[in-house]
Amino acid sequence: MGQKISRRAFLRGGIAAAAGLAASSIPGASAAAAPQEKTQLATLLDISKCVGCEACVEACSEVNADKYPQPKKPFPKMYPKRVPVEDWSEKQDVTERLTPYNWLFIQHAIVNVNGEEQEITLPRRCMHCVNPPCVKLCPWGAARQLENGISRIDSDICLGGSKCKKVCPWDVPQRQTGTGLYLDILPSFAGNGVMYKCDRCYNRIAEGELPACIEACPEDVQTIGPRDEIIQKAHALAKEINGYIYGENENVGTNTIYVSPVPFEALNKTIEKGKGKPHLKPVKDTMAQANNLTTAMALAPVAGIAAAVGKFVKLTKNRQ
Amino acid sequence: MKVQPAILSKAPNRSVRYVYLITVFFLTLTGFGQMPIFKRYYIADIPGLGWLAQFYVTHYIHYLAAVLILALVSYLIIDYLILQKKRIRLTASGYVRGTILAGILVSGIFLVLRNLSGGRFVPEFIIFLDIAHLGLVMTFLIVAGYCMVRKRRWVTQR
Repeated sequence: MGQKISRRAFLRGGIAAAAGLAASSIPGASAAAAPQEKTQLATLLDISKCVGCEACVEACSEVNADKYPQPKKPFPKMYPKRVPVEDWSEKQDVTERLTPYNWLFIQHAIVNVNGEEQEITLPRRCMHCVNPPCVKLCPWGAARQLENGISRIDSDICLGGSKCKKVCPWDVPQRQTGTGLYLDILPSFAGNGVMYKCDRCYNRIAEGELPACIEACPEDVQTIGPRDEIIQKAHALAKEINGYIYGENENVGTNTIYVSPVPFEALNKTIEKGKGKPHLKPVKDTMAQANNLTTAMALAPVAGIAAAVGKFVKLTKNRQ
Repeated sequence: MKVQPAILSKAPNRSVRYVYLITVFFLTLTGFGQMPIFKRYYIADIPGLGWLAQFYVTHYIHYLAAVLILALVSYLIIDYLILQKKRIRLTASGYVRGTILAGILVSGIFLVLRNLSGGRFVPEFIIFLDIAHLGLVMTFLIVAGYCMVRKRRWVTQR
């Protein structure tokens, strides 16, 4: 039921929503409707429903295979030697973590639910922050945020410097060496491939389709819709199951909202964390400190002008 | 009473000149620090320079220095217009440097707006801003280096 509502909400803004829904026999799956592009779309993940079957992982790989890197070998010799070669092309079947060839994986947690030890599984991928530091701090504009809230990395522009990964609170983007624009510039001295991560099937959404992971899930774990509606649904669900929410306020807000029957603090303690395996800790606003200086920046010219005028007034008084 | 000009190359305004030079130095350093180069090329390994590999730190210091340069440029422009205009004028190299600096500031302001939550420009414009900002800085450094070597000043007496 929830899935149907969400799909309806997802399609609400579509120009041809009515016609599309009328024409479609499979609810929401292939409706010929374009979603409202300027509305930030968020996903709600009810992890109490997730059974860890990896149908989403497989669907993601299948649908996005043509976006995956095709590195040229041998790789250019890198200078200085400390520059790491990151090659996943021989390990494309790795699914237990994020890689350039695996943008979604299932994380496992053993927790106590109502006095009973239970395994909880949850799909992990890019959180698609409302104010994504990977996009804002990319020095080349290779990472971009679409008006519908998706942040994606343009593999034609990315130089693979990995800054997006370092500034990402969850270290999500993953690098593949030997591919991308850097090969045409100074391959030995600048750049190191391309960064890859979930783009929430931006191309499918643009065509009015659902992201592959949502469509393929047999348990309807995920729903997608306008962010404010998804937040409302998340709160309603959390209230209903006496659960907890993650992603609503992390990094001031993301477009990936998890609802769990157990506290995320408990989940975070037990999930395997590390390279390509994001945590579930609270995250403060990563851009806040610098952005707080924006007011000072706006006032700086006023201070400069005041100082010059003050000097003029002082000199005029002295002259008299 | 004779009014002292607040120009960058005159001894009475040495403090203004030093503030300008230090600000430009940190803007350039932290600006280049936005690219992942300082760690790659061992510069961040030099004791005391580890912060150059921390993107949020360099980003914050870049913003701080931007506050200073905006205040300083505003001060110098108004000081020139209301006190110095009759006595001094910008040299040709001063115009060139001023124009490039203006371009750096304008592109920088757009990038600051881009970084605000909800601040969105079309991706092509962001790429243009990034490249323009970096290109103008490099041009400015070359021109400023040339002027330093050739002892070309920003202003001269009328």
